[in-house]
Amino acid sequence: MEFAAVTKRFGVAAGAAAVDALDLRIPAGAYCCLLGPSGCGKTTTLRMLAGHEAPTEGDIVLDGANVTDLPPARRGTAMMFQSYALFPHLSALDNAAFGLRMRGAGKAERRARAREMLALVHMEAFENRLPAQLSGGQQQRVALARALVTNPSALLLDEPLSALDPFLRGRVRAELKRLNRELGITFVHVTHSQDEALALADLVVLMRAGRIEQQGTPEDVFDRPRTAFAARFMGGHNVFPDAGGGGRVAVRSDLTRLAPPGSPGALDAVVRAVEYTGTGFALTLAGAGTDELTVLQDETERRAHPAAPGDRVGLTWAEADARRLAAD
Amino acid sequence: MTGASASRWCLGALFAAFVAFLYGPTLTILVLSFQGPEGGLTFPMNGLSLHWYRKLFGGAGVVDIWAAFGRSLRLGLAVMALTTLVALLGGYAFRRRFRGAGALFQLVVASLIVPSIAVSLGIALQFRILDDWVRGLAEAGRLPAWFPEDHATLMGLFTSGLGAHLTWTLPFGILIMFAVFNRFPVEVEEAARDCGASPWGVFRYAVLPLVAPSLVGVALFGFTLSWDEIARSSQAMGEANTLPLELQGLTTTATTPEIYALGSLTTGVSALVIAAAFVAHGLARRARRSPR
Repeated sequence: MEFAAVTKRFGVAAGAAAVDALDLRIPAGAYCCLLGPSGCGKTTTLRMLAGHEAPTEGDIVLDGANVTDLPPARRGTAMMFQSYALFPHLSALDNAAFGLRMRGAGKAERRARAREMLALVHMEAFENRLPAQLSGGQQQRVALARALVTNPSALLLDEPLSALDPFLRGRVRAELKRLNRELGITFVHVTHSQDEALALADLVVLMRAGRIEQQGTPEDVFDRPRTAFAARFMGGHNVFPDAGGGGRVAVRSDLTRLAPPGSPGALDAVVRAVEYTGTGFALTLAGAGTDELTVLQDETERRAHPAAPGDRVGLTWAEADARRLAAD
Repeated sequence: MTGASASRWCLGALFAAFVAFLYGPTLTILVLSFQGPEGGLTFPMNGLSLHWYRKLFGGAGVVDIWAAFGRSLRLGLAVMALTTLVALLGGYAFRRRFRGAGALFQLVVASLIVPSIAVSLGIALQFRILDDWVRGLAEAGRLPAWFPEDHATLMGLFTSGLGAHLTWTLPFGILIMFAVFNRFPVEVEEAARDCGASPWGVFRYAVLPLVAPSLVGVALFGFTLSWDEIARSSQAMGEANTLPLELQGLTTTATTPEIYALGSLTTGVSALVIAAAFVAHGLARRARRSPR
């Protein structure tokens, strides 16, 4: 699956691009998360992939074929909508069978296959229910069955977990990963939650203002942020001015240490708040021109540096833990 | 009495007055239509009978009420069908933004603010011009052979009459479908397309079933608006009058409760159409609920 210099502008040609000259390759069978804040172009990218939005420029290639001008159903993709978009007048079974009905499959055949799909998402007991008679989580499962019924080579998911409560979110997350593994098809999942992307993805694509800020494995993107934006968006990092050069570095919160104030090489900061997290302590600090610094202390560290709100402290880190950041 | 309960009584009284005003006249006429054979146009009731209905069905009146009834029914059904079709297609077309959409919408709806009687007069004038033109052609011998020689006017129930009623029902129908399509989730259409539905398939399997109940509403609206329309009909019907026009004529000459029987009957037709629609809707819903 490949994007080649894909650009999308909405409205008049002079307008800012929602997606700007995007180049991206997604290996077959991968779980790819398009990640970024709202308005970064991730949903537009997904919709262009699905064929619900036409690129202004560039090409989209799926399984070696240029699908840029093909309608959704001839691309081999299937989309699961954020609102699920089930057909309210059809039962769960008929919803799941809809794609086969549109392809002209016989009633017996499409119902048998739709039942298989409902079983795959554990909804076989609800086949006669209308969408209005199902909970949000159940509706999502039916939407998933409907998307999978035509054997797509890629499943496109638009914010699939955002409408679910935290408990269900965890379960659906595991379920999606299982389906990705069992079906062997490519998953492209749009989300604004870095936790989701880190937990699920083989390939994280972090987007910002219509461009790709950084892409790679979850470990790559989290542990080696390329820019201050990436470090801040992925979370768990502090961005400090680089003592050596003019640039900035990112240091993970759990690798940032407290030191006595005024220690050589340490950065001055003031503790704003201390929270107990169960496995340790989270300190919020102000310094280096920002009040968004965080230090995670385990119990040993806490005993060594028991700082309280209002205390002046120094912040240090091992040189090996500092990631030099490119200019934004 | 506390302030809250006082305002409750006030509002209750206002509502009661409203309801009395709304249904009182119809009920009065319904009761009076059962006057005894010796009864008059006003209370008191002089016996209780079906005499005036019998007389009505006997067709003893000066004008042929049943022919007018039939004309109004056929016109109403035609108006209903056209209004439903055009409102559905028009509403659906406006889902895509196109150049001039706003101006077109205003053009369609603006006809509602033109006084009905002016529309009716205008239609009559237009047809007079048209008739003059046709007559001119006939005199010059330039009309085809099949054209009737004794042709007098193009005005009629299904030309000027139908047009006059559509100027009234179409803007309403389109306004209703606009509101319906405004709330219609675009993702449902996209989902259908994603599942492989053709443009026709999207319309047939995703859009139409969802807007069908609203279409029933538009159809009812179209029929009942046409059924009792007077002002726009007044100058536009040509020779054959619709039922409301005949009724209006009768009110100036009527001397017996027969007119009440007729009024009650026409109200009954409207009520019947609406009841039929409700029953159909209920049955369709039950059929959908039950597992197949």
